[in-house]
Amino acid sequence: MREITYRQALNEALAEELERDPNVFLMGEEVAEYQGAYKVSAGLLQRFGPRRIIDTPISENGFAGLGIGASMVGLRPIIEFMTFSFSLVAFDQVVNNAPNMFMMSGGQFNIPITFRGPNGPAHQLGATHSHATENFYASVPGLKVCTPATPRDAKGLLKTAVRDDNPVLVLEAELLYSSKGMVEPPDDELLIPLGKAEVKREGSDVTVVCYAQTVPIALKVAAQLEEEDISAEVVDLRSIKPLDERKIFDSIAKTHRVVIVEQDHPFCGVGAEICYRIQKDIFDELDAPILRVSQEDVPMPYNEHLEHAVLPNAEKLTAAIKRVCYA
Amino acid sequence: MQSVEQRDEVEMLSLMLLIRRFEERASQQYQAQKIGGFCHLYIGQEAVVTGAVAAVRPDDYIITAYRDHGHALARGTSANACMAELFGKETGCSRGLGGSMHFFDKRHHFYGGHAIVAAHVPLGVGLAFAIKYRNQDRVTLCFFGDGAINQGSFHEALNLAALYRLPIIFICENNLFAMGTSVKRSTSLKQIVDRAEGYDIPGEIVDGMNFREVRDKVAEVAESIRKESHPAFLEVRTYRYRGHSMSDPASYRTKEELEKYRLDDPIIRLRAQLTREGKLTNEQFDQLDKDAKETVLAAVKFAEESPELPVEKLHDYVYFNGAKS
Repeated sequence: MREITYRQALNEALAEELERDPNVFLMGEEVAEYQGAYKVSAGLLQRFGPRRIIDTPISENGFAGLGIGASMVGLRPIIEFMTFSFSLVAFDQVVNNAPNMFMMSGGQFNIPITFRGPNGPAHQLGATHSHATENFYASVPGLKVCTPATPRDAKGLLKTAVRDDNPVLVLEAELLYSSKGMVEPPDDELLIPLGKAEVKREGSDVTVVCYAQTVPIALKVAAQLEEEDISAEVVDLRSIKPLDERKIFDSIAKTHRVVIVEQDHPFCGVGAEICYRIQKDIFDELDAPILRVSQEDVPMPYNEHLEHAVLPNAEKLTAAIKRVCYA
Repeated sequence: MQSVEQRDEVEMLSLMLLIRRFEERASQQYQAQKIGGFCHLYIGQEAVVTGAVAAVRPDDYIITAYRDHGHALARGTSANACMAELFGKETGCSRGLGGSMHFFDKRHHFYGGHAIVAAHVPLGVGLAFAIKYRNQDRVTLCFFGDGAINQGSFHEALNLAALYRLPIIFICENNLFAMGTSVKRSTSLKQIVDRAEGYDIPGEIVDGMNFREVRDKVAEVAESIRKESHPAFLEVRTYRYRGHSMSDPASYRTKEELEKYRLDDPIIRLRAQLTREGKLTNEQFDQLDKDAKETVLAAVKFAEESPELPVEKLHDYVYFNGAKS
């Protein structure tokens, strides 16, 4: 194992998959000559050439659709959105074409495409650039959605996504690109299956379900609460769809209390689905109502203090945990 | 494989007849409520797809919008599979899961059947991208209607195709109406082909009621593309005799206008050309028409007797797990 950044981990995953399979290509805005808006694709043009690392004009609908068409005849495109906030321009392609093709062609055309890029609020980017899109996309049958929080998960999930025969969205955490973590050396093939959550910290009093940018918040809060004798178990979903409800249920069976901390909006958010499943299947395990910490239900303000007030954060999570623990 | 010039025109005429009779029967079956959803008929436009298909190879890629029955039939999908799809049956070309607007036939390199206006134009560009990526000797034919040319995805797709010099022929089937809105009321340009100029894509206007003109023009353009990859644009002027869909009485146009185009019918026109040249007798034509009607009637019977996909298989078509049935 060695320590690398989330950005480097993604770069390694791309390079390894491009190396492994000649049908894989990377396409998006600024991915080639500019080396990636967030430098995730740095060096790839030099290594793989312009045939496989392809700059596009600012035409998300166009190049997302191009990727889907190419995957109908067996190529395996990796389409980068400079941010998933811009994927909304290509919503029709991602929602109406990619996941529908397999069903509406009676099983003739699966779409082995990966859409990837940063997702979720970053810092003071305002309303248009701060979307957390996971709940939009997870609601669409035919799509798979993963949300890595660590360099290791980023690498392993992206590689799995590229090899999946269906459309997969890899929603990278914009704020975590420079974060570091331990990852196996490049010689060890690292594939992390979609739909498998991971306990990032063991605990016995309360389960904290989190993903992407809320994982570091959960870990920080869990460490702080240890000093107050509250033992929080941190379950990182890693994939939103498929959802690893088994791992969530197993943890709750141990702690009997749960807080879900999500980076999207509360109405029809990821946590709403998880709440439903918990009460439906393991109602009797609960010793307290389920609480959710999410964004406030408002468009993202630019002002830093107001943005902080909108986002899920350590203070809100701490308060929610204490409430379910009656502490 | 036969070369373009050698593809038998009589065979192509019989294909146009098959499309015409298929659509007439589909209309009747729709009214009898055997067919659900939306159903857009191709009657009047037969020479466009027939001419285009006659000009390219069976393994060239073809993709179109929702008025797609004729494209599947022209490509070689059986009338049985097409009718069964309309009936929602498992034997349909999309197993009854796509319906009228979503015909697909992988074996015949027919990539749909797409029902969001112009959303498939980027897909067509993707097919062409794959051809160039693999350095293949292929061309993509991407059909769409005049209604598609004002969508953003259309413009993005044309720019990408021109930028990457992809082997694709954009074929605009200009039937003068986007649903009930005439081109005059939808498009700022005097002629649609000028859209191509905006992307430095060579474009031409073609008489879509004339099978030979469509075939020869598509053949010429395809040959040029095979020599050196580039996109091209054809505005093919045609006319649909029926409404936009089965529910549309087409009251936005006059009887006189319709009659004018009926007199220029693509089937009558090719028949007259062949008859004049001594290549087709009236008896032969009648036989072709009779054969087409019989094929379509048999297709209705086939569709009626075919099974539906059982509900237990509903979830088999959401994610592909490596083993196609």
